[in-house]
Amino acid sequence: MNDATFLGMPAFPAAAAGALRDSQLRGNLARATGTIRSRRAAAVSEQDDWEHLREAGRAVKERTLRHLDRYLLQLEEKVTAAGGTVHWARDAEEARRIVVGLVQDTGEREVVKVKSMVTQEIGLNDALADAGIDAYETDLAELIVQLGQDHPSHILVPAIHRNRAEIREIFLRSMGAYGTAAPADLNDDPRRLAEAARRHLREKFLRAKVAVSGVNFLVAETGTAVVVESEGNGRMCLTLPETLISVAGIEKVIPTWQDLEVFLQLLPRSSTGERMNPYTSTWTGTRADDGPRAFHLVLVDAGRTEALSDPVGRQVLNCIRCSACLNVCPVYERVGGHAYGSVYPGPIGAVLSPQLRGTASEVDRALPYASSLCGACYEVCPVKIDIPEVLVHLRARVVEDGRGRLVPKPERLAMAAARWVISRPARLTAAQRAGAVAARLVARRGRVGRLPGPLSRWTDTRDAPVPPAETFSAWWKRTRR
Amino acid sequence: MSPAPVRNPSPALPSPHGTMRIALFITCLNDTLFPATGRAVVTLLERLGHRVDFPPEQTCCGQMHFNTGYRRDCVPLVRRFAEAFAGYDAVLTPSGSCAAMVREHHGRVAEVSGDERLSAAVRDAPPVYELSEFLVDVLGVTDVGAYFPHRVTYHPTCHSLRMLGVGDRPLALLRAVRGIDLVELGGADQCCGFGGTFALKNADTSVAMCTDKVRHVLDTGAEVLCAGDNSCLMHIGGALSRLRTGVRVMHLAEILASTEKGPVHGAEEPSPASWRDTERTKTP
Ligand code: SF4
Repeated sequence: MNDATFLGMPAFPAAAAGALRDSQLRGNLARATGTIRSRRAAAVSEQDDWEHLREAGRAVKERTLRHLDRYLLQLEEKVTAAGGTVHWARDAEEARRIVVGLVQDTGEREVVKVKSMVTQEIGLNDALADAGIDAYETDLAELIVQLGQDHPSHILVPAIHRNRAEIREIFLRSMGAYGTAAPADLNDDPRRLAEAARRHLREKFLRAKVAVSGVNFLVAETGTAVVVESEGNGRMCLTLPETLISVAGIEKVIPTWQDLEVFLQLLPRSSTGERMNPYTSTWTGTRADDGPRAFHLVLVDAGRTEALSDPVGRQVLNCIRCSACLNVCPVYERVGGHAYGSVYPGPIGAVLSPQLRGTASEVDRALPYASSLCGACYEVCPVKIDIPEVLVHLRARVVEDGRGRLVPKPERLAMAAARWVISRPARLTAAQRAGAVAARLVARRGRVGRLPGPLSRWTDTRDAPVPPAETFSAWWKRTRR
Repeated sequence: MSPAPVRNPSPALPSPHGTMRIALFITCLNDTLFPATGRAVVTLLERLGHRVDFPPEQTCCGQMHFNTGYRRDCVPLVRRFAEAFAGYDAVLTPSGSCAAMVREHHGRVAEVSGDERLSAAVRDAPPVYELSEFLVDVLGVTDVGAYFPHRVTYHPTCHSLRMLGVGDRPLALLRAVRGIDLVELGGADQCCGFGGTFALKNADTSVAMCTDKVRHVLDTGAEVLCAGDNSCLMHIGGALSRLRTGVRVMHLAEILASTEKGPVHGAEEPSPASWRDTERTKTP
């Protein structure tokens, strides 16, 4: 299954190298993540019981996942009782078919969309386009991505890789083709940009008969869906159209409203650094006098049950997509989201994508290695996902998968050789002597400026140390015995 | 806000029965490339009145194999470690990431191997301390009587910072050094980009991270960049050297071992020929 792979994307190291050459991108990212990072830190430091909240968030998620079958059935029962319809999708293909079918049943040829990473994950927009249905993104950042014929690069701010000047250009160039054009004298004042977007979107909201949304949480005890957002565009999507189709991964369910209380504290502080997000929409089935007349909830598995069966890996299903881990990640900050080859970028993407999609492709095998294991992500994650632990766990999976190969990779041979050497002091001593002699041969004025083979990746940019004449053990032996 | 809980807190103090039997775990990297750090640890401990042993059977904690996904290759290394250090009261190591590897992962490697005896050996192994933890928590000292009249900035390597939670112990030790001009490093908690095999597998990203670290180091105007892990220093130092910045990198132990008598690390023998000490470098 390859749905969420950005087609034609090279694996991480190469994609990252490309991104790193883009100095505009690096500037945009450093500025944006730096700002969100300090805002988050401030918002979190106000909360005395932050560590307790994190622990509660983790505990609620883990308890729910342990009894996921039960909560999902309870959810289905409550949604149905409230007038909604629940659909189950085993994989991306089935999910696309269900949603396209539901839109076709309405006879409409366009939908407005909001807040849905899972629809990106399953490749819904392309499927809708194939069926002759236009899908309009209404989240401001998603709109920028769509108009720029681009891919999202951040969970919360999908257009984080763009700055104001670029956004102005995109609006001027593309808005007209999708609907209300941007005013010709548009400048890059954020207020003017927002105004242009508002006029462009308003027309869509008022016309659309069908909306497709994601959800942040699904409360099982009442069958209530919850969307948390900043702009109010979600509220428009969720209330104006006649038919609402919400698509959600099965891990979005939580048992009770009391549990929701925990997440409504954790999420905004972690993601936007706000005490509370501006708009929280909750809806339960349908009502005769207000909101959509028809409500469909599409529950998507697409690899989640598989992830759930892995005792170490399953913690990624705790994720509430706050994006705090992206904002603190030094790798993400340098290379941006596109290099991760998935709608889920950054640290969470590196542990989520290879579990949802498997590790068959080069892209997915490279993802667990796209980290220096600095641990900054774990420190901020509001549901305490130990991302470094999962990264290393998935690396072990990649390595184990490779053991069956007829021709082992050079890395495996090197690792085996290293293990052979360092598992006995005498071998280590012999290797140290040989290495010291070799390094001295290539050293110039006390620096090793060039090493052969894969080690040249080190010396392309960094000098290597010259091994000293005497190792510590030799010194100890000589002086202490 | 309540502080983030430390994942692998400094272990409980070894029970003092007579003199403490302290073993030095030098780490394979230090043994091979940075022996001056090991000599500095020995000098320092002896100056503080403690005897350190160096069990010759030790090799490597297995961090590189473990972190790269080669878990099976890690098992013999974990076994060797447990055997080499059995019977000591405490193990001291001048590497935050190796201390973290032992404390956080050795138990798990043993468990996954299915070898009951190995698991028991790992459980019974003595507590492992990173240098600053050992000095501050076990020996209870922050002023170790060092003298180092240079402008120094300190990089708190990620594993010391986040996996061990050494906090400001290294800074407390450095502040007590006479003559030192300790300057704060901007973006200190940001990873330098080393990350073990990451530095090779994702060399471009690794170097991009290192570049920012170097920029912050240069901004301080420091002569010396100090850290508790020579792996990170090898990376940042490699870039500082390539750029001919003149900034030296030194392990915390080497600064703490320095006295008015000079930065000689307890040995009357040729200094290490490495870029880390360019002024004393002589390639044979
Ligand atoms: S992994 Fe944690 S920090 Fe990252 S997006 Fe998910 S919940 Fe947020």
